Amino acid sequence: MCSKKIRKLSYSLAINEALHQMMEKDSSVLLIGQGVKSPWYVGNTARGLLDRFGPERVIDTPVSENAITGVAVGAAIVGMRPIVVHPRMDFMLYALDPIINEAANWHYMFGGKINVPVVFWGIINRGGEQAAQHSQALHTFFAHVPGLKVVMPSTPYDAKGLMISAIQDDNPVVFVDDRWLYRLEDDVPEELYSVPIGKGIVRREGKDITLIAISYMAVEAVKAADFLKQEQGISVEVIDLRTIKPFDKELIFESVRKTGRVILADVGWKMCGFMAEVAATLVEEMFDCLKSPIKRIALPNVPAPASRALEKHYYLNAEKIIKAVLELLKGEEVMYGVQSALL
Amino acid sequence: MYSKNFLISLYKTMLKIRLCEESLVEPILKGKIKTPCHLYTGEEAIATGVCAALDKNDYIFGNHRSHGHYIAKGGNLKQLIAEIYCKETGCSRGRGGSMHVVAPEVGFLGAAPIVAGTISLAVGAALASKIRGDKRVSVSFFGDGATGEGVFYESLNFAALKKLPIIFACENNFYSTHMPLRECRFKDNIYESGIPFGVPSYKIDGNNVLEVYEATKKAVEMCRIGEGPVLLEFVTYRLRGHVGPDDNIQGLHTDIRPKEEVEEWKKKDPLEIFKTFLLKKQVLTKDEIDKMKFEIESEVKEAHLFAQKSPYPNEKELCKYVFKEN
Ligand SMILES: Cc1ncc(C[n+]2csc(CCOP(=O)(O)OP(=O)(O)O)c2C)c(N)n1
Repeated sequence: MCSKKIRKLSYSLAINEALHQMMEKDSSVLLIGQGVKSPWYVGNTARGLLDRFGPERVIDTPVSENAITGVAVGAAIVGMRPIVVHPRMDFMLYALDPIINEAANWHYMFGGKINVPVVFWGIINRGGEQAAQHSQALHTFFAHVPGLKVVMPSTPYDAKGLMISAIQDDNPVVFVDDRWLYRLEDDVPEELYSVPIGKGIVRREGKDITLIAISYMAVEAVKAADFLKQEQGISVEVIDLRTIKPFDKELIFESVRKTGRVILADVGWKMCGFMAEVAATLVEEMFDCLKSPIKRIALPNVPAPASRALEKHYYLNAEKIIKAVLELLKGEEVMYGVQSALL
Repeated sequence: MYSKNFLISLYKTMLKIRLCEESLVEPILKGKIKTPCHLYTGEEAIATGVCAALDKNDYIFGNHRSHGHYIAKGGNLKQLIAEIYCKETGCSRGRGGSMHVVAPEVGFLGAAPIVAGTISLAVGAALASKIRGDKRVSVSFFGDGATGEGVFYESLNFAALKKLPIIFACENNFYSTHMPLRECRFKDNIYESGIPFGVPSYKIDGNNVLEVYEATKKAVEMCRIGEGPVLLEFVTYRLRGHVGPDDNIQGLHTDIRPKEEVEEWKKKDPLEIFKTFLLKKQVLTKDEIDKMKFEIESEVKEAHLFAQKSPYPNEKELCKYVFKEN
């Protein structure tokens, strides 16, 4: 995946580039959803698309999530490759029928005779005192459903590569990104490349503990790992799963064989959350390798509060990951001065 | 045919909404208020006229742009402003912010910003009233954008089928965020949406508070005698941006509305229209209006002070209210 033409690009512009390149390459690709012509909704991700590809393939829609998502599924059934965007994941709940009942089941239900190459793109957007209906990270719901793949990139490189893979995939793929990542800049090759669906990546190598994270929490996990290494000499291996359905078991198992200790960091709620699946898998298949109980870091089972005073305690960050790591290692490692050094 | 006091109370409510909304502009721009505020400026005649035709016991449900509904239904101003500052003393105890205001003590059962999300809930409240035979009427406030959602039509059908005492109050301000109505709908005929379901449907000048009141009063009477539901489309315009004071607030937005269009609508400012009417009919004098304005301004200022001085919710109570405790 090495390219000479690499430059820094933000996460949102990396997605934008993926869309430009795929729409250019394949005339069956279309983008449909609310706000594709307004930066209000989708940041920079749709920049320039309407001008370049026209309103037939870049379709801004009325507030009609259920119908519009079904429209995308129907178009996919006849061979288009639609990407349907939901500027906030919360709004996507109106579209659960076409996603779950229809698209996810179609290929199986009809004995493999038809496939549905559609991307359901849902953006997580939290904070800013937007409260319960504008802040929900609902990736777990989709991961539960057979027939759907779910990707959650945390870097600009992966955002571009996974969007391309999602569009190229012959199945329904739920692409979940996060507004908190949109300004993150990193190296992104100019060319069209893909990041394989189902493959995680080791972001930091380590030997004491395996920290498995997704989406925005992968960014915070790396910060936490760097801090713990510097300040405490604790060596944390950070795995960014990138895809949560199917997830990269082999990569996790390899790491856990080495460390024997696991912390799981999700961007969603704890109760029945995605990381419960990872934990259960580890207990089922790797029990002998575990030296201590698995620890999960996830949102409390509470709707998102409006007040910033509560938001601060609700959302997760590197500091909370560090605390969890230290708690897990309590008695095994020396710990002092961590909080003050971080704050 | 209207009592002087009634006319004055209408104007007072409209003015209170306007002054409340405008008082938010500066704190929003200064970042003191963070919760997204969808200002109601320009649409005051609708909430005022509709709620004036309702009893305290009647129910209303709102959406993301509901400060006006809250005030018109008689919600406490201090608690509203405190909620907008996301303080513990707010009407939703700082958990909901501007988009989730509530005042059950006066029949406002909640506002929620999922577009069209509360329409069916209002139908449910009306169903309960019918079952209980309590003669209450429910009103669902929603925008023109919400008529794009299927649940609007599903609700119309169900309400018609069960003959429920509900008023579907569509506030057509011609925009759904950045999108003009003509890009959202094949025809500008929202009020006709009720017709296929046999629901009496009317289009009303939403900037004329007396017309709003009259239409709603008639609809309420129909609902009370079992001839609901009714659909009312109120034509209006918001004089501020979709969210916050103007559409360019984050430096990103393209202000989608033609300047001339905004200017035209400023001439139809519902508050000015009604004021002119009241002055002409000698219901109020200029001095009385100034005095009223001064009094409301003080009340609004006091509410801001109250809100600013109020504490934020305590972090220890983050998990409170997830369930009702026995
Ligand atoms: C289900 C859903 N989809 C999209 C949005 C984003 N959104 C917020 S307000 C709005 C426009 C609503 O327009 P309208 O109903 O006309 O009300 P107005 O803002 O004009 O008062 C949209 C699309 C949302 N809140 N909920």
